[in-house]
Amino acid sequence: MKLLTHNMLTSNIIKGVSNGFPLGIVANKVEVKDVDFNQSFVLKTLSKVDWNALRQAATQVGHGDGLPEELGEDLKENDDVLKKIHNAMLQVEVVEGELVCPETGRKFPISNGIPNMLLLEHELQ
Amino acid sequence: MASRMVHAANPICETMKKYIIQFAHQHLDFRIPEIRSIVSLIGCEASLKECDLVSGSPFMEIKLKNDTDAMRIMKRSVLSKRVYELWAEGTSVKEVKDKIDSLPSEVTEEYTNNGKSFRIIVETFNKKISSAEKIKKIELLTESASVFQAKINLRTPDVSFHLLEFYENDSKPSEEPLKVFFGRWVADGQRDAIQQYHLQKRHFIANTSMDACLSMVMANLAQVKHDDFVMDPFVGSGSLLVSSAHYGAYVMGTDIDYLLLHARAKPSRACQKTRASDESVRQNLQQYGLESRYIDVMVADASRHRVWRKGCRFDAIITDPPYGIRESAAKIATVDESQVKEVEGAPHYPQKAQYNIGDIYKDLLNFAAKFLELGGRLVYWLPIFRPEYQESNIPQHPCLRLESNCEQPLNLSISRRLITMVKDKEFEEIHNSEGASIAVDQYEKESFRQKYFKAVVAAGSAEKQSS
Repeated sequence: MKLLTHNMLTSNIIKGVSNGFPLGIVANKVEVKDVDFNQSFVLKTLSKVDWNALRQAATQVGHGDGLPEELGEDLKENDDVLKKIHNAMLQVEVVEGELVCPETGRKFPISNGIPNMLLLEHELQ
Repeated sequence: MASRMVHAANPICETMKKYIIQFAHQHLDFRIPEIRSIVSLIGCEASLKECDLVSGSPFMEIKLKNDTDAMRIMKRSVLSKRVYELWAEGTSVKEVKDKIDSLPSEVTEEYTNNGKSFRIIVETFNKKISSAEKIKKIELLTESASVFQAKINLRTPDVSFHLLEFYENDSKPSEEPLKVFFGRWVADGQRDAIQQYHLQKRHFIANTSMDACLSMVMANLAQVKHDDFVMDPFVGSGSLLVSSAHYGAYVMGTDIDYLLLHARAKPSRACQKTRASDESVRQNLQQYGLESRYIDVMVADASRHRVWRKGCRFDAIITDPPYGIRESAAKIATVDESQVKEVEGAPHYPQKAQYNIGDIYKDLLNFAAKFLELGGRLVYWLPIFRPEYQESNIPQHPCLRLESNCEQPLNLSISRRLITMVKDKEFEEIHNSEGASIAVDQYEKESFRQKYFKAVVAAGSAEKQSS
């Protein structure tokens, strides 16, 4: 699971949960996989991510170094920062671990890089 | 406004040239929507003579500004074989030859002046003719048409001309063609890509993997382009993601089938006992050098939209939902639907409830209305029981406009329709009470599966009676 995906997920499917974002991450195995750097896709995607959550998640899994606290206006000219963001968003992957609901602590397992967001019948909204 | 547009359009029309698209004789209903979609994606001026195809002909005239636009269309179209600049048309080779002779030199000179080599290829549709007959036609053209004075080069000519003949589709082929076209070859379509992505050579397939051609048609109808973000909520083995990634999109998918995504489902290939541990959607993209376009797949229930953060946006949603024939339609049951008691400590597989087909589609449209970019497209298959089909069977949503609806017949009573919708209104603009609806739901009382097998049985007994 890439951190971009983490940025898109909530646990609001759980009964009673209304603010299930961002999900906590327990990372037992993290890998960095090569992805071609594509400036325009990174910029376009950044406009839609929740930056705080992405930066936090990257720090949580040990790949937050050099990520700015806030996204400046001049990002387009700053390829160094963009490459770090690219790394955090698209290259860092949680292969084994868990996503954790911030309200209930309910865990969603990640195995072989694939998160499992299914719930039991009685947990559903 | 309207009158200004008409005036503006006039001078453009005058500079448009006539081209001929030669289609493959496959997925007939999809040909015009595919070209239309590509034309609007690349944003070129085009006027299609759709009536050309009505007679069963594979040749359609299209007016375009120049060769460049024709090439750009062919770069995307998988249902087109070739495009030609139209030089002459008629009902006999003689007539065509006379017309070529009277062409103004601005049209011909660039391609026929000294030093240019050429060849002429004869193609006939609905009738086979011998090479001797073909040569006769070529000779008739070259002997008297003053434009063909350059060298002939059959293998690597500078210019390739095609004589295209369309005959009536009859049990006894007619002597004379209905229509003859003569054109200068400009570009080939993407028929080769179908072989490149053929499922036979695909690492990971599932029971209902979409074939390469239709997957690419879907990506064209969805107007998938470079750097798009594409989502398939019923991803399976990811065939639709492969074609989207081929066109440069980043891709993501979900599926409720944990075992399939983890390569532990029953194998789909004949003679294969177990799946390889690396059978995955990611591996399928890797196979074609597209791994950089892979975002993620995850196990999730497509009917639970709240799993997505508000503000998530996809440029296109392309999917083939389960109709319940070869893949069962499922969602996670809520407590009231399932009375099964938990066994303490046992590994738990959530109870899957029967997912009514109508609900699948309403959920899908609601998902698209929320998470598509404005102007983004939703492309999906809808199973149809043909004897009862009417347009009101198509699901609708106040945020989504129906763009095209193409039928792929599977047998006399069953087909599936590829529906393309464009999001033209933000979800926030509509009232909360409004959502997806189906005016007349074909499957309200009887599932597609029930209708399907009833039709199969009926066809079987009809066959018995007739024999």
